[in-house]
Amino acid sequence: MQLALFIVFGALALGGALNLLLQRHPIHSALSLVVVMMSLAVLYWSLGAEFLAAAQVIVYSGAIMVLFVFVIMLLNAGKEEHTQGSRVAYSVGFPGAAAIFCLLSFVFLSERGALQSSNIGGDLSSAVDNIAQVSATLFTRQLLPFEVTSILILVAIVGAVVLARREQ
Amino acid sequence: MSHLNEFEIFLLLSALKVAVVLVVLLLGVAYTVLLERKLLAHMQNRWGPSRVGPFGLLQPLVDGAKSFLKEDMNPLAVERPLFILAPIIALGCALISMSVVPFGAVTRVQGVDLFQVANVNIGLLVILGVTSIGVYGITLSGWSSNNKYSLLGSLRSTAQVISYELALGLSLVGVVLRAQSLNLRVIVDSQAARGILSWNIFGGFQIVAFFIYLMAAFAETNRAPFDLPEAENELVAGYHTEYSSMKFAMFFMAEYANMITVSCVATLLFLGGSTSVFGHLFDGFLNTPVWNALFPVCWFVAKVFCFLALYIWVRGTLPRFRYDQLMSFGWKFLLPLAMANIIVTSFILAVRG
Repeated sequence: MQLALFIVFGALALGGALNLLLQRHPIHSALSLVVVMMSLAVLYWSLGAEFLAAAQVIVYSGAIMVLFVFVIMLLNAGKEEHTQGSRVAYSVGFPGAAAIFCLLSFVFLSERGALQSSNIGGDLSSAVDNIAQVSATLFTRQLLPFEVTSILILVAIVGAVVLARREQ
Repeated sequence: MSHLNEFEIFLLLSALKVAVVLVVLLLGVAYTVLLERKLLAHMQNRWGPSRVGPFGLLQPLVDGAKSFLKEDMNPLAVERPLFILAPIIALGCALISMSVVPFGAVTRVQGVDLFQVANVNIGLLVILGVTSIGVYGITLSGWSSNNKYSLLGSLRSTAQVISYELALGLSLVGVVLRAQSLNLRVIVDSQAARGILSWNIFGGFQIVAFFIYLMAAFAETNRAPFDLPEAENELVAGYHTEYSSMKFAMFFMAEYANMITVSCVATLLFLGGSTSVFGHLFDGFLNTPVWNALFPVCWFVAKVFCFLALYIWVRGTLPRFRYDQLMSFGWKFLLPLAMANIIVTSFILAVRG
């Protein structure tokens, strides 16, 4: 069951990511990104991280991407021009992507032993709530990073308000 | 069913549950429309639909047939795939939320719970997530219609929904804090002890949260007094101006299905879900298995029905807000109030526990 979910939604995520790159209209690209995020949420859930999955859907696909789509609609952005592409993108992009792919494969393959012994998806059947575990970690051991992140977001909000209120 | 193994029984019963819930929900949607027309009519000293069937009871079926038989027009300038996708997203999301709602007490047949399609630990978050995806239906319909009124309507609606989503989500935190869980069954059970006295709205002192939820829910479902996206004197019909026939009907059904979902969530979180108003006072009365299974469902339906009636009553009573009033009400009043409610609730819980 878990394997079937992984194959279906992994393929969907990859397809969405490719479509994101290939589509010429910004709205279509943004919607492909939504598909990628939703598929990732399902993958998280199948791994037992149900809270992460819900947060992914609510925060990323439900709030941030809606805002993206909203801005694209307001700006009425048209189709992008098809250029030959800059030489930098070709000469750096493809090798860079290949290098990242090789690096990740190397890490996963060399850490195979450690990954195999870890109980992925084991939390699904456990009696302890996933959310209880996440929040206990977040508010005890990770309290400082958590608070610092909150303050960072607060600063960003205040900055946005200042920018929006500035008189022309 | 001896020749079927456990998994097959589970699959079969689950499919059956989904089918039954879907049919009941769609019928509920149809008859909510009729209920609204009838109640509004009586509030305005009219009869409402009264020609088809006794008391106009067959009106929803005729309306459905009419939507099916009308010509399905696709304007030339629309963005085709998204234009068709938008009503599907809207209706799909409105129906999916229902899958985590527990309609009655735990009643197991062959190990499968009859009155809930899926019992997940994060049921409340699933509902919030699906609701937030439903916004895409409205956003895309306005944009893909290629019509300025549709676009303005959908921009208004999207801005309104994502603004009120915050107050809505925060108003539920107090209830979650009291129940210590996001599982809807656990939340319902936490209010079951003493009937109406232990409901979150009274015994839990979440009446402020209920007020915030009520306001935010009206805005979330684009209903009066927050129905600016469809303000017909400014925007023709808002985001579904260009839609006809069944595609329009899908938006229409989505609106009413959302109303039912919101009523279900209010019932579960604030009004004790499927538990009896009298608590365990009449537990010995008619103590048969069938009665014990069906009685909670009746309570649930009755509570949802009352909430829907409140919805319609408000629509028949209050005038529409102005757009800036709507926004400042949401951001400057409901949101701080919801935060204050969370702080007070968690403080009291910390002192008591």
